[in-house]
Amino acid sequence: MLIPCPVCGPRDSREFTCKGHAVTLARPQADAPPEAWDAYLHLRDNPAGPTRELWHHNAGCTAWLVVERNTVTHAVTGARLAGEVAAR
Amino acid sequence: MRYSGWQVLAQGITGNRGWRPAWRDPAPKEAYDIVIIGGGGHGLSTAHYLAKEHGLTNVAVLEKGYLGGGSVGRNTTIVRANYLLEGNSQFYSHSLRLWEGLEADLNYNVMHSQRGLINLFHSDGQRDAFVRRGNMMINQGDDAILLDREGCRKLLPYLDYEQTRFPIYGGLYHPRGGTARHDAVAWGYARAADRRGVDLIQNCEVTGIDIAGGRVTGVQTTRGAIRAKKVAIVVAGRSSQVAAMAGLRLPIESHVLQAFVTEGLKPVINHVISYGMGHFYISQSDKGGLVFGGDLDFYASYAARGNLPMAEHVAEAGMTLMPMIGRARMLRSWGGIMDMSPDGSPIIDKAPVEGLYLNCGWCYGGFKAVPGSGNCFAHLIATDRPHKAASAFRLDRFETGRGLMDEEGTGSQHNLH
Repeated sequence: MLIPCPVCGPRDSREFTCKGHAVTLARPQADAPPEAWDAYLHLRDNPAGPTRELWHHNAGCTAWLVVERNTVTHAVTGARLAGEVAAR
Repeated sequence: MRYSGWQVLAQGITGNRGWRPAWRDPAPKEAYDIVIIGGGGHGLSTAHYLAKEHGLTNVAVLEKGYLGGGSVGRNTTIVRANYLLEGNSQFYSHSLRLWEGLEADLNYNVMHSQRGLINLFHSDGQRDAFVRRGNMMINQGDDAILLDREGCRKLLPYLDYEQTRFPIYGGLYHPRGGTARHDAVAWGYARAADRRGVDLIQNCEVTGIDIAGGRVTGVQTTRGAIRAKKVAIVVAGRSSQVAAMAGLRLPIESHVLQAFVTEGLKPVINHVISYGMGHFYISQSDKGGLVFGGDLDFYASYAARGNLPMAEHVAEAGMTLMPMIGRARMLRSWGGIMDMSPDGSPIIDKAPVEGLYLNCGWCYGGFKAVPGSGNCFAHLIATDRPHKAASAFRLDRFETGRGLMDEEGTGSQHNLH
């Protein structure tokens, strides 16, 4: 798989570490109820098809990316800096 | 027809005209007492034990493809009971004892071969961890022998003991571990369940789960609606999709695990061996192919195939451990869809909908669990109480934090196993 890093361009997936679904960008507030933390930490939609994931370009520019990818075909359809996605 | 050596002889001298299909191909009835979603190893063994141990035969197994076409046909066929943690240890011990009586129970040759499994270790720290694990196995009533380097050399003379970057300090030997013929396990359970009256319905995909007043009432399928008093979900990598039909969100992520097989060779590897310093484990099939695998690709996937970086890592690890396999040509590789739970341990529990039962989260360890999982799941469905060997596999352990079973000691969040 090639991951289109917005900083470095298309790079081999072995330069990256996949952190999992980008649901982890939406961290609950510290005083959120336990159910919110359970959902954040454990429960997943686990889609068969398009998904959004956090990937870390640890052997490249070290940026955190939100990668759009298809879990059935492994096609990568886009990547943006996680900081920009989170700020919106 | 009961299979036996006598049958093989009798059929052989009469032109093999008397063999019959191993199971019926029934159309779905309008209603069953119990509908099992998923005709893989775990679903078929659940059906068998429901019929055999609980006398429940008004049961249908619904399979969207063909029986045994999923993960039970896409694994590396290893059978073992070398788990450490309370909860896991007794479950896999229970499962291994069922394996040991399986062929007589099913009247089917599943080619269960207890050729012994050896987990290699490469440092003092790793040895200490394996000593602890071996003691847990012995306390559970299973077998474990600590081999030193020379003990390993006697059993596995072909490993690289001299040049390697990670010297072999020894191994934990589990003589009752081994392999089985994966397809035969599915077929044997299918035939045994069918003979007791269970309907095995193929090409029947579940498209919805009917719930009325918080209670399950049946399922919608591509072959029509089927009413049921109880519905059991046991669909491995597709657990999240099927559970979503009942409005549930599971603590599961589906990942890909790759495996590889070489051309058929004369017998050379007599055990199951796992490398302690890289992701590599290997055995030789009865057909002669070297069957080996590694770790997850570590991204969510339903593709049933992986990418090259992990293939490269596995090949490197294999070459480091046993350079001789560089001479073998690799025939094919494949990927299985692994329903990964946050702590790496499975779930056998009631769902929060009355009459709905869940069996999932087997991660990359589902094959050896087939007998135990079906046995314990059948007990739960029939009696509404967990089997004592599987009472730790609770769905709510993530929500409450009680009873987490982090076998690898890496944490209890996704992407750590």
